[in-house]
Amino acid sequence: MNAVSAFAGGLVFGTGLIISGMTDPSKIIGFLDVAGAWDPSLAFVLGGAVLVGFIAFRLARGRAASFLGGAMHLPNARRIDRPLVLGSLAFGVGWGLAGYCPGPAVVAFGSGHDKAVVFLVAMIAGMALYEAADRLFQARRRRRVPRELSDVAGDA
Amino acid sequence: MIDWAHFTPWTALGGGILIGVAAAMLVLLNGRIAGVAGIIGGVLRPAAGDIGWRFAFILGLLAAPAAYRLFAAPGAPTIEASYPVLLLAGLLVGAGTRYGSGCTSGHGVCGLSRLSPRSLAATITFVLAGAATVYSVRHLLA
Repeated sequence: MNAVSAFAGGLVFGTGLIISGMTDPSKIIGFLDVAGAWDPSLAFVLGGAVLVGFIAFRLARGRAASFLGGAMHLPNARRIDRPLVLGSLAFGVGWGLAGYCPGPAVVAFGSGHDKAVVFLVAMIAGMALYEAADRLFQARRRRRVPRELSDVAGDA
Repeated sequence: MIDWAHFTPWTALGGGILIGVAAAMLVLLNGRIAGVAGIIGGVLRPAAGDIGWRFAFILGLLAAPAAYRLFAAPGAPTIEASYPVLLLAGLLVGAGTRYGSGCTSGHGVCGLSRLSPRSLAATITFVLAGAATVYSVRHLLA
């Protein structure tokens, strides 16, 4: 049941991206090009989505389970930290260069455009690189902690 | 200066509402955030019992162009970036969205809908970075 609703969600999401024109990188770049001929369409897409999303998340807030009975997985991070800002900066630069963000890239891959295929493969490689780096740093951190603890014990 | 020839407020608003409906379906039925970067990222960090709905959502996205073609002819996209630029951009978008915990859908659509200050900060950051990049490519380097 969860897979069926997730598939339907993806289908509706992708259709919304196509109808709104967001799968065309020139529309994204037209929005980001505030100094040139500016196309404000993207702001209307975000506005329409947030209008509906706001009501949905109001309904979701405080619920112990979803309507299908599964657990709710809502983010609880609140800190505006360095990873958030640096990651968003890197994302924004890539977004401005190509005119693709993850959702439209997947949908465009589904239409089989050569350039979208190259972008999506590179994007997944970028995600995999992040995973590898994150795992490496976490393993290193785990190794360091016991040593520091033993140093403290030695001092005492 | 507004580019009236390319500005499409009604299809933008209509498509945006559909995206909002999809985000509503995912949070109310699945209890999940419709953040595409996070959903793909979770496949790369597999946890038991957490894979099926992710693949189903991605399959839905991939099937959308075929579904759309049943009703209308899709417009041809204009992709100006060259292959090397697309490669670099893809790496930046992939690593950046994972490090920053979200993309246009996770922080932009869902985060703003939740009135999350963290997602607002992320959205402002990537829009400004994107605008600065387009300004550099189109107006400084060109």
